[in-house]
Amino acid sequence: MPQHIPVVENIFNANDRLAQVNRARIEAAGVFSINILASPGAGKTSLIEKTLPLLKGKLRVAAIDGDIATSIDSDRVVAAGAGAAVQINTGGTCHLDAVMLNGALEQLDLTQFDLLIVENVGNLICPANFKLGTHKTVLVASIPEGDDKPYKYPGTYRGVDALVINKIDLLPYVDFRMDYFTQGVQALNPGVVIFPMSCRTGEGIDAWIEWLFGQVHR
Amino acid sequence: MARRRKARVQVAEVRVHQSPTAMHELPVTQSLLEIALRHAKQADAKRITDLYIVMGELSTMVDDSIQFYWDLIAEGTIAQGATLHFRRVPAELQCIACFTKYSPKEKELVCPNCGSVGAKIIAGEEFSLEAIDVE
Repeated sequence: MPQHIPVVENIFNANDRLAQVNRARIEAAGVFSINILASPGAGKTSLIEKTLPLLKGKLRVAAIDGDIATSIDSDRVVAAGAGAAVQINTGGTCHLDAVMLNGALEQLDLTQFDLLIVENVGNLICPANFKLGTHKTVLVASIPEGDDKPYKYPGTYRGVDALVINKIDLLPYVDFRMDYFTQGVQALNPGVVIFPMSCRTGEGIDAWIEWLFGQVHR
Repeated sequence: MARRRKARVQVAEVRVHQSPTAMHELPVTQSLLEIALRHAKQADAKRITDLYIVMGELSTMVDDSIQFYWDLIAEGTIAQGATLHFRRVPAELQCIACFTKYSPKEKELVCPNCGSVGAKIIAGEEFSLEAIDVE
């Protein structure tokens, strides 16, 4: 007999529930965690590489790197001073999800660390949909990408807690209207904390480090 | 506080067996199927004939892509051949300065009433399974 069954269930429920399990696990170890999103080449790994030496002796850092393939990124972050790194090779999938992070967490003794940095797959679309369970989400934008990105990728821009604008040393060479860019950001995500920065020159990184310390010690 | 640790590479491959072209709609469609099957089982249904999906304009889902994966993964289940109905919900924002509600126009994220930027999303992010029809 035909029957109409009301369901009303968020389709991301399964992922979101596992994200909560991840969060509980991270918190039980007393660790603060961030999820770094960006398009490919914006400077996610460069940001981590520049950040780690400035945390040396103060915070013990573990990293989880998501990529379609290779362990290039986890090798880089270990070379920069991470105490441990786990590479997740997604084999083609365009984002990390809570299941993948759960598997990677299995391979870390979280109690040995203060800060967990998760580097998502380079992509401005899908990662925004899949919660991982990390405390804060950080987006790395970069000047050469263009000033229209908040308008074109609203889902990602509106969901982040902090925004790094990398490669500001290229501003004299690129047509990038900072006003237009930040207007789009503020429209989608009023009050988001913004860090203009150059990972190459080191400009602006101090404010970012200060924010990070503030978050870890909350 | 921190003590010095020798750097240690702990590289582990957590492989995920998915097709090299898998985009975000595949895991989402799997989740959709799981939810539908669970509710159908609770109702002792023999067959799922229709699924009613709500999709906000601001969600980044593509209905054609969900349909594509659906045809593949629903095969062999009681949901095989079920029709997917997509109900689109338009985006609605509310200005954080003057509280005017408006629909965002492409590339224009300013309030049409007071010109402020900054808005709260009231509708448009939905992505859920609203109901199923079963036999």
